[in-house]
Amino acid sequence: MSKVRVLVGTRKGAFILESDGKREKWDVSGPHFAGWELYHLKGSPADPNRLYASQTSGWFGQLIQRSSDGGKTWEPVDNKFVYDGVPGTHKWYDGTPHPWEFKRVWHLEPSLTDPDTVYAGVEDAALFRTTDGGKSWQELSGMRGHGTGSGWQPGAGGLGLHTIILDPKNPQRIFIAISAAGAFRSDDAGATWKAINQGLRSEYIPDPTAEVGHCVHHVAMHPSRPNVLFMQKHWDVLRSDNAGDLWKEVNGNLPDDDGKRGFGFVIDVHAHEPETIYVVPIKSDSQHFPHEGKLRVYRSKTGGNDWEPLTKGLPQQDCYVNVLRDAMAIDSLDSCGVYFGTTGGQVYASPDAGDSWNPIVRDLPAVLSVEVQTLP
Amino acid sequence: MIKVVLPAHLRTLAQLDRGEVELEVQGPVTQRSILDALEARYPMLKGTIRDHVTQQRRAFVRFFACAEDLSHESPDAPVPEAVASGAEPFLVVGAIAGG
Repeated sequence: MSKVRVLVGTRKGAFILESDGKREKWDVSGPHFAGWELYHLKGSPADPNRLYASQTSGWFGQLIQRSSDGGKTWEPVDNKFVYDGVPGTHKWYDGTPHPWEFKRVWHLEPSLTDPDTVYAGVEDAALFRTTDGGKSWQELSGMRGHGTGSGWQPGAGGLGLHTIILDPKNPQRIFIAISAAGAFRSDDAGATWKAINQGLRSEYIPDPTAEVGHCVHHVAMHPSRPNVLFMQKHWDVLRSDNAGDLWKEVNGNLPDDDGKRGFGFVIDVHAHEPETIYVVPIKSDSQHFPHEGKLRVYRSKTGGNDWEPLTKGLPQQDCYVNVLRDAMAIDSLDSCGVYFGTTGGQVYASPDAGDSWNPIVRDLPAVLSVEVQTLP
Repeated sequence: MIKVVLPAHLRTLAQLDRGEVELEVQGPVTQRSILDALEARYPMLKGTIRDHVTQQRRAFVRFFACAEDLSHESPDAPVPEAVASGAEPFLVVGAIAGG
């Protein structure tokens, strides 16, 4: 019988939650790396027992941990992330040039085919890769060297490269996203990059339709249709049907927020229905908690515009948590499971594609990331 | 032998079962030579106490010895004789940073 393994990164350690295919009873292990911030953990699609974790601390900096037994034991691997060449500058919050400085790894994306190859999205925004299981990291400096790099400005959370999507049908194609620069695509395995932000409209920047400067929060893709992308931006949910060349807003009937719609952080796609997508609307600009104190996942079965709130099993009063950009995941069991974690320390699971929800755990530290592995 | 005391998180990372490490340091005993010897024995500590490239102390890490804060001393200055002789430990401390 299949089982699932949920990898949870929190402000104070990592937790691994495991269940059989029913997803009713869960074994919880952790905290791993107690006291450290775990920005992200992810397993290799090519070897599910190979896991990678980004472990970071304001005191002791960045570590990368690797497991070869599904998270039972871990070993630290190389943590040296050095920008290629002279790093140069990006824009600081006040608009002045600011030197590129490595701060942390936000996201780890293992190769679809090789357990020793992993991409790392870092702050200040850059893309690194290891091809030796984490023994060494090299920057794919064409990303940061994109002609617009000197004009990138950090979002409130920092200038983080937070989304990495590897095209399952075209190994030369990689999508990434940066707060607050926007989305980019490489068609040559990361050597050169193109900004793919046409159609995004952001009223909070001087030119709302600029080539870069958009606060993209997250991007998702269904592996069967790699040219179709779904984006959660700082205001607006969008889709592209041509690999990011053009986007259109699909906010539809998402909750009204003082005349705007579509703010949130997470977005993901159903495992078997590529037009079924999930978001968690969050009130903005600065509140960053659910509308009306009701924690609702919104599902669209039409790829956007037509949304339904999913509430069964979720708190519908006095709930003021946030759901951060990497804190939603989807399993690939026949009855698709959806998972998300909150800044209040809950990890919710739905074994029926969002129709009903249950908390797997309720009292973890603030959740930074959630990933799930579907295991044989 | 030079005695070095590490903060709890780094002891865990280095899989030490006690707080104090004893190190053989070649040549003049300085902050740099102590940390070089420490990182040679425990490579997983590289980058956690000082930057990989600049070798500068991380901002929230402090170096104490003999009831003095040595954090702002030159990394190539000799450490106090009591540390060099092994009578007193060299303390790597995670700064108190919070409420």
